[in-house]
Amino acid sequence: MDLVSLSSTLLFIAFIAYLLATILFGGAVKSSSSTNDNSKSYDRWGKAAITVTIIGFISNLSYFITRWIAAGHAPVSNLYEFTTAFGMMVVAAFILIYFIYKTPALGLFALPIAVLIISYASMFPREISPLIPALKSYWLTVHVITAALGESILAISAVAGFIYLLKNIDQTKKTKERFWIEAVMYTILLVVGFVVSTTTFTIADYKAEYTYVGKEEIEETMVYTMPALFGMNESVAVAENTFEPLVEMPPIVNAKKLTTVVWSIIFGTAIYILLRLILRKRLSLVLQPLVKKSNSQLMDEIGYRAVLIGFPVFTLGALIFAMIWAHEAWSRFWGWDPKEVWALITFLFYAVFLHLRLTKGWEGKKSAWFALLGFIIIMFNLIAVNLIIAGLHSYA
Amino acid sequence: MDKIVCTCGNINPAGTELCESCGRPLNQNISDKQVVDMRYEGSARRSQTYKTTIIDKIWNFFSSVKVGMWIIGIILIAAAIGTILPQVFYVPATNEADIAAYYERIYGNFGIIYYELGLSDLYSSWWFQGLVGMLGISLVIASLDRVIPLYKSLKKQKTKRHISFLMRQRVYGTGEVEEPIANIDQAEEKLKTMRYKVKREGNAILAEKGRFSRWGPYVNHLGLILFLFGVMLRALPGFYVDETLWLREGERLYIPETDGYFLESKQFIYETYSKEESEEVFGDAIERVGSIAKNYQSDVALYKGPEDAVAGNTEELSFVKEASIQVNKPLKFDNFSVFQMDFRLDELAKMTFQLQDKETQESFGEFTIDLADPQSEYPLVNGYKVEILEYYASFTEFVDGIPQSESPIPNNPAFLIKMYSPEYPNGETSFVMIKNTIEPLGENQHKLAFQSVETRDVSGLTVRKDLTLPLLGIGGIIFMIGVAQGSYWNHRRIWIQLLEDGQVVIAAHTNKNWLSVKKDIDEVSKVAHLPQYEDQQDKEAKKEKEEGV
Ligand code: HEM
Repeated sequence: MDLVSLSSTLLFIAFIAYLLATILFGGAVKSSSSTNDNSKSYDRWGKAAITVTIIGFISNLSYFITRWIAAGHAPVSNLYEFTTAFGMMVVAAFILIYFIYKTPALGLFALPIAVLIISYASMFPREISPLIPALKSYWLTVHVITAALGESILAISAVAGFIYLLKNIDQTKKTKERFWIEAVMYTILLVVGFVVSTTTFTIADYKAEYTYVGKEEIEETMVYTMPALFGMNESVAVAENTFEPLVEMPPIVNAKKLTTVVWSIIFGTAIYILLRLILRKRLSLVLQPLVKKSNSQLMDEIGYRAVLIGFPVFTLGALIFAMIWAHEAWSRFWGWDPKEVWALITFLFYAVFLHLRLTKGWEGKKSAWFALLGFIIIMFNLIAVNLIIAGLHSYA
Repeated sequence: MDKIVCTCGNINPAGTELCESCGRPLNQNISDKQVVDMRYEGSARRSQTYKTTIIDKIWNFFSSVKVGMWIIGIILIAAAIGTILPQVFYVPATNEADIAAYYERIYGNFGIIYYELGLSDLYSSWWFQGLVGMLGISLVIASLDRVIPLYKSLKKQKTKRHISFLMRQRVYGTGEVEEPIANIDQAEEKLKTMRYKVKREGNAILAEKGRFSRWGPYVNHLGLILFLFGVMLRALPGFYVDETLWLREGERLYIPETDGYFLESKQFIYETYSKEESEEVFGDAIERVGSIAKNYQSDVALYKGPEDAVAGNTEELSFVKEASIQVNKPLKFDNFSVFQMDFRLDELAKMTFQLQDKETQESFGEFTIDLADPQSEYPLVNGYKVEILEYYASFTEFVDGIPQSESPIPNNPAFLIKMYSPEYPNGETSFVMIKNTIEPLGENQHKLAFQSVETRDVSGLTVRKDLTLPLLGIGGIIFMIGVAQGSYWNHRRIWIQLLEDGQVVIAAHTNKNWLSVKKDIDEVSKVAHLPQYEDQQDKEAKKEKEEGV
């Protein structure tokens, strides 16, 4: 087996291990909620769960290292690689926090998030690409790895916040909070929708080619891998019998990406409705029993602690190392590129979080919502800014 | 305003809320509270004490965290709005009219509104920069308002504190124990092994840990202030240079803003990954996207000239060094860096023509025009001669019969020429373009036949000097030290005291991570049997504690 396929296999093993560990953490949470005599069985579940997580992580790290060796550069140079690394670091951050606080409930939610992130990553082209000149820099590697690590520690704070909210939001009353926590569930399912729809059409091997007129008024061609709901400006199918786009978009809209987004929404919504019909409950209510025995104060503290640990790492990686690299590669340390700006926004956002928490006593629910919103900003920078707002960093 | 004298005899500055020494509340408002605000130890902050003059008001405005957070929040939102459409410096147009037209053409009405509102150049707008300035002011004032009084009261605090102080701490407990003195001794020992700094005064203990972390925010704010100051400095002349230099192969040019430095381009190299050399690993990627750039490189030589070199005396340049400028590998000298930023391949450099008889194609000689330096005359043998009347480097069209050139870059060279021959001593006029010739004054007998062309590559370089970088670097380092200091450590204090009436009191304060300080007390209690305590702010916590997970 050559190094590249060995590397993929290792990632797959990690993926399975994380799924397994999620189930084991579920067992730990369950047995902890019964009577005290069960604390032994809780210990067993918990130990097994974290062991499997660590095995998965080692395999994941080996994927990273083997791919690094195969490519000759750190595997963080395209969307697939970067996002996978981010998923891996979420697990690393979880393991770190787990050893401080020993909370299985955190694993029960953090690992599925990591699994989802890695699945999401796998939807993008997975081949190893050589580095373009701008990316050939030691500082870039340091910058990306540190930034991703900081972001993943911050992500753990969102997981803790999510658990806190699941537990503390009263699901029997019709409140804004109840609505928004369900909205979070739905958003997660949209990502699932993206993964499922992409996989479905890939398996079906769907391809359709169109020509269109781009925003610079030049004719170009575009290959869709999903049935075109939206057509590019003045698009014409190349082959006969191709599915005609339902709606044609003006030139500034990338209709192919829009099509992907809408398919994800369609699939995600369908999955959501299906689950609601089967379970006959709000999804957040379905999850609530899993967190019933979580200690709110502990979750609140983990949420804050994770921001405290992650914020300096994020600042160092996403701003300071980024500036050093930008200075070498682009001759200026700051250029108001959208990706840079969103890193700054993330930084400012968490700064506000820390101030309100420290000086205005924003604890509990407020703090938990803040942590969740912070994660949404990070994901926005990771996904939307890459895909929608093009800039120097746009990999796609 | 007057100083406040506490019952314990300590003289406190006006505005103090908790005596700096013993901790007694100094006014009714404070003693009414069940838990006191310990963030700045109840010290006298200017903003809380003086509120009348205009200066007080400005001071108080900027020292407020609420105001500070609003400023950050507005900057954050504005920054986000600036990413909706590309900013002007990413737009391929240079003058205002073209820029406006670009936004309209690509983004329609929304683009026009965005442009008209100035959002397309948001980050250099006066109001955005004003907000950043306010952030700086707020940082300075808020920090000064707090750090000095905080420092003083932490320094002055006594080990033994008054019960009215202890009972108003968030973590507080009191009760009788069997062997109070022995327990206090045990607690002291235990706390020491937990790396607390323990002070003892009779039967009172103050155990303290990580006080230096309290300075974290002020250190990091100082770092930020230095950074912002550094950014402001760039506006001053001499600190900052940002120039573009287009350098052709074989050309030697003065490097703008430098002290007599010249740069010569030996060659420009553009490489892509070949599928063969990296088939195994990169093959799929190259297959999918086509060619992938591997290297942009300008091989250059750096020269330094004498005083008057810039004025044109380029005879006595002395060679400094050779270098290969690549992306991520700038050329550095003095305080300058030259970066590889852009390039143009195969720009026309020289064109060779032959003067011919149109009918017979008989040649009367060849000559080569250097497009960077066209001569006015090219004499040939036997009385033949070509005169260049006009040179249009980048010919576009005729307007009212006059040829137009859109730039001095030889993208589409055209010449208005006169051909002299023994038959036509007064010359025949011709307008010569690539692949086409116009004879404006009637049929000619001779023509210029295009023979060959030489091209060369052009390097797009950026010349940069930024003397503020060291300051920015220092600001960044100080900021990182400050955040680490404030985030990875926290300040914990535990007071244990045996009162006259035989009660043992325990109280604790931390600036963050209450769970951890409670764990510490529990540890101590295991060996020293201290009374039960309560989190007076979070009654629910106790209830949940037994539940686990
Ligand atoms: C981008 C701007 C800023 C950053 C990155 C920043 C960063 C920080 C950090 C990391 C902390 C420590 C928080 C903690 O440990 O939980 C802090 C504390 C603090 N900041 Fe800022 N800050 C900024 C702007 C401001 C502004 C504008 C104000 C003015 C009102 C301010 C006032 C404070 C105060 C009062 C504290 C608490 C100090 C203490 O408790 O001793 N900060 N800041």
